[in-house]
Amino acid sequence: MSLSLEDIQRIARLARIRVTETEAAQTGDQLNGIFKLIEQMQAVDTSGVAPMAHAQEVYQRLREDAVTEPNRREAFQAIAPQTEAGLYLVPKVIE
Amino acid sequence: MIHANLKQLSALLAENKTSSVELCTEYLDRIAALNPTLNAFITVDRERTLAEARTADARRAQGEAGPLLGVPIAHKDIFCAEGWLTTCGSKMLSNFVSPYDAHIVSQFKAAGMPSLGKTNMDEFAMGSSNETSFFGPVKNPWDLKAVPGGSSGGAAACVAARLAPAATGTDTGGSIRQPAALCNITGLKPTYGVCSRYGMIAFASSLDQAGPMAQSAEDCALLLNAMAGFDRRDSTSLQREQEDYSRDLAQPLKGLKIGLPKEFFGEGLSADTAKAIEAAIAEYKKLGAETVEVSLPNMGLSVPVYYVLAPAEASSNLSRFDGVRYGHRAAEYGDLTDMYEKSRAEGFGAEVKRRILIGTYVLSHGYYDAYYIQAQKLRRLIAQDFIEAFKQCDVILGPTAPTTAFDLGAKNADPVQMYLSDIYTIAVNLAGLPGMSLPCGFGTDGRPIGLQLIGNYFAEAKMLNVAHQYQLATDWHQRKPEGI
Repeated sequence: MSLSLEDIQRIARLARIRVTETEAAQTGDQLNGIFKLIEQMQAVDTSGVAPMAHAQEVYQRLREDAVTEPNRREAFQAIAPQTEAGLYLVPKVIE
Repeated sequence: MIHANLKQLSALLAENKTSSVELCTEYLDRIAALNPTLNAFITVDRERTLAEARTADARRAQGEAGPLLGVPIAHKDIFCAEGWLTTCGSKMLSNFVSPYDAHIVSQFKAAGMPSLGKTNMDEFAMGSSNETSFFGPVKNPWDLKAVPGGSSGGAAACVAARLAPAATGTDTGGSIRQPAALCNITGLKPTYGVCSRYGMIAFASSLDQAGPMAQSAEDCALLLNAMAGFDRRDSTSLQREQEDYSRDLAQPLKGLKIGLPKEFFGEGLSADTAKAIEAAIAEYKKLGAETVEVSLPNMGLSVPVYYVLAPAEASSNLSRFDGVRYGHRAAEYGDLTDMYEKSRAEGFGAEVKRRILIGTYVLSHGYYDAYYIQAQKLRRLIAQDFIEAFKQCDVILGPTAPTTAFDLGAKNADPVQMYLSDIYTIAVNLAGLPGMSLPCGFGTDGRPIGLQLIGNYFAEAKMLNVAHQYQLATDWHQRKPEGI
């Protein structure tokens, strides 16, 4: 398997990371090296093996649907890049 | 006093021979003198530390005791600490002052441990040398040309250089054990789920686990007593009875069965490391332990499996860094997507971007089964190997890292070489088992060597017992770097 420059740009778009053409070429070489390592996995027959997502058999705990957190909007928004009237500001998304 | 371990400092405080303010002042002065050379701390806040020390002294004056009260600790910069800059080693969070405490941080506050500051680390804990930090690499106190290991490199270096008697670390693929080995300190990664991940900036959530780093196993046991416990705010935190991890330290090792996986002693292990591990095995035999050869046949696959699963989880976890609610936002941008893409391109370093891209790819349509699901299946085979091995032994022993610390810059150009330096530690995270590293000698280059112990699930107390008995019989863990 080998990733092309187009593949890198497509993945970068999915990941929402801007990648220049020079970066894409360099990243492509490194990712291909890493995928060569990863390809070792394909040599093993794993039919019948259940995928293991977690180290422990854990279940999602449920709790009462009640307010547990205090309102700390001011503290949280004090570290935001841009806010106005208690709202986070981003470029316009709906015309 | 600065060279005393946590237990000794605890005794001095209990006998009123020193105060927390006096202790913290000594450490802060030492940090001010040595940190410009070592770069082990990202943030130090003298007034904040001394205020916490005064609180600890006041609590003691009111009759409170407790083995950790007044002893300072350094927190890895992956742990959110209210009012402290919390960067995770990244430009992305270089302006993030946390509005809340991680569970671990609040546990240590409750125990009365003042924070000496936030330690340097690989960016978002992705690295094995501390060189991916936005704040520059940490130097190994044993040899300033060498890396301290990573990702908890600042934590390991600060304990080794006696800038702190104790430190917190996190371990996703070896990030506590490998730097502990490379810096000649003792570090422990608990069973997955023992320590809450709340407020610990997520890298790979199914592998991440917090743990203690200190001069000895005995100190790690005291620290783990404060760290471990159920926390409803972490959905994978385990509800278990509170344990005293110091309870078995004094047990003799007669009849202990130590498993030696043959895969740990094959190709790739340097001669001086192999020699030090063999000497440690001989020491254990003198202490009455028996050895048995075990096999972990799928261990060779742990690195490829890890580099699918960890990046997959990371690409999902790190999607929260979008420049909207906190962290870095690009100065100029057009529409919303442009803002995301530029903010993330500027905020993340090269290694973090690489892993996000790998993760995005293996989770994308058409590749999910071949990579992500295949890796999860192999993860089960790797975990089963350990379950089989523990039918024959009480603990597993081997090297922590294949070589002593490598030179700064030596593995930067080739990510795969860097990844392979975690060959002996990664499988433990995939299985979710507890593991630790303790000092066991020095290489021909004079750099430290670490011995790795791996315990069965929830066998931290046993593992600490095995480590402590070795430390009673040897003095490797008491060696400190010259000139520091």
